Amino acid sequence: MSCSVNPYLPDMATVLETVQETPNIKTFRVRLDNPDRMAAFTFQPGQVGQLTSFGAGESTFVINSPPTRMDYLQFSVMRAGEVTSSLHGLKAGDKVGVRAPLGNHFPYESMKGKDVVFIGGGIGMAPLRTLLLFMLDNRKDYGSISLLYGARSPEDMAFRGELPEWLSRSDLNTVLTIDREAPGWEHRVGLIPNVLREMAPKAENCVAITCGPPIMIKFTLQALKELGFADDQIVTTLEKRMKCGVGLCGRCNIGGKYVCVDGPVFTYAQLKELPNEL
Amino acid sequence: MESSMYLPEASLDAWLAELASSHELIVPRREGDAIVFGPYDPSVSPDISRDATAPPKSSVFPACEEIMRYTSVKDTDDLSKTLVHMEEVMPSGSRVVFGARPCGTRGFTVYDRVFDAPAMHDPYYVARRQSTLFVTLACSEAGSACFCHWVGSGPADASGSDVLLVPVKGGWLAEGVSDKGRELLSSPLLTPGEKYAGEAKAAKAKAMESLDSAADLKPAPEALLAVFDDMEFWNRMSAKCISCGACTYLCPTCYCFNITDENKGMEGSRLRTWDNCMSFQFTLEASGHNPRPTKAHRLKNRVGHKFSYYPGLHGGAIACCGCGRCIKSCPAGVDIRQIVLAAMDRAKASRQGNTTGEHA
Repeated sequence: MSCSVNPYLPDMATVLETVQETPNIKTFRVRLDNPDRMAAFTFQPGQVGQLTSFGAGESTFVINSPPTRMDYLQFSVMRAGEVTSSLHGLKAGDKVGVRAPLGNHFPYESMKGKDVVFIGGGIGMAPLRTLLLFMLDNRKDYGSISLLYGARSPEDMAFRGELPEWLSRSDLNTVLTIDREAPGWEHRVGLIPNVLREMAPKAENCVAITCGPPIMIKFTLQALKELGFADDQIVTTLEKRMKCGVGLCGRCNIGGKYVCVDGPVFTYAQLKELPNEL
Repeated sequence: MESSMYLPEASLDAWLAELASSHELIVPRREGDAIVFGPYDPSVSPDISRDATAPPKSSVFPACEEIMRYTSVKDTDDLSKTLVHMEEVMPSGSRVVFGARPCGTRGFTVYDRVFDAPAMHDPYYVARRQSTLFVTLACSEAGSACFCHWVGSGPADASGSDVLLVPVKGGWLAEGVSDKGRELLSSPLLTPGEKYAGEAKAAKAKAMESLDSAADLKPAPEALLAVFDDMEFWNRMSAKCISCGACTYLCPTCYCFNITDENKGMEGSRLRTWDNCMSFQFTLEASGHNPRPTKAHRLKNRVGHKFSYYPGLHGGAIACCGCGRCIKSCPAGVDIRQIVLAAMDRAKASRQGNTTGEHA
């Protein structure tokens, strides 16, 4: 990092558009106000950013638009605490601060030529979206691509505007599931690990990318193991409370690894090497 | 200029006044039963009778600092919109900290490795560090909780300092450690000090001898990882802890911080403040999940960071200066030395297949 750059100072940015995805998830499409900074902005799929709601503070979110579509940077925010509640109050034209990109990224280079299965639960779909769209934009580099996306109910499913396209693409096998039957639901019903067992993706030359609530991850790992996936064929991205985002403030470390700089993306093999403190 | 000068005790006040004329001067001052660092007051002599209750860390890493300001204003082109102006706030001025002991000053070398590293340049920390000089006082004898020699330091350790004052007859031998420190010794109040060199050397040796034999902490990094999942051990080690965080606030090497916004109407500030890793809220996530849910988890992380994770990242350097403040000021009697020793014993015993042999 250059000495002239202050890593704590956000770029001023403007909200172009918001999408109320679910009752508690809202998506923000933003552009940095400084056109040179926006033109020079680069990131890799899986990297995160700190969004400021001025007066409320900063929180960390994945940039869930892909680097292949730079009209705006997209963040999806689940309302949970003070900062996220304040962000939910913002509308098009409002100012936000953006400190990005931070952290590491999905190993998309080493996945070239391989099959990929995405397994996302709830807001865990956000970090998968950036890599999924990046791969669809570089479709010839990858083998078969499957997506298993689950939420509690149809109302809790984010990115609904995009689902019809994902379902209709011939080069993407999309499976949607909800936990319990709901009127008008035409897709799967069942917990993600069980639906994954039914889908039975072949482990050979395949990488599984998963993100979701801890309980879903736990049982998804079990299912992947049954399907023959080795620990280094499973990639996940972690969430921790973060403040500085640059490896200093002491919150997000797992032993000597800092999720904000050494992560958030880890293979399951790497996670097993870390002290048990998720 | 000589690199060692003699400072007679009778000239101390005059030298401090001289330093205060060109720098902000920070000295240890008695406040009730405590000795804390604060601005120099010519009418009150600094208290250097013993190590200060709180270390000098706030001189470079303030307990609360403003890192930027922002102001919201109506967009004159479209009154339905609000613009935000941001302004970076950088520290200014230069300081001399007089009278810290070697452990308190050495703490900054722990910070330097993370705040001023090739991969990370914290502009607030670096600005203050580069503009703050330390005139450190070597210790004559060990205190009851001192263990600087366990962590690779000692009562006359000059690391992190600009000048080291070694007690000799009638005053101090002032050893210039850095170029900026040697400049401070150009005052006519100081005289050439060669003839005190032998006495200073003897004083250092005597202070070193006053310390007990040092424990060998080489096995600590691995041992703390080996007992990571042993929550029975950590519950026992943390049984007395009340999660107050006195240890973290008084520690010269603790640097966990928080970043928050504070608003006043249309204006606000972004603040960096010391934080306390012993608090339940420190790692509490918005979902309610907490990766360090009990005091045992939190104490494990604090000890682990200092004696295992940090050394693993920084060439074996221990993130503890051995000052003993956390031991002396703990209201519950938690002793970090005993925890590290017990972890080493526990790890060794479990390698040898028995779980009884343990210090604490």
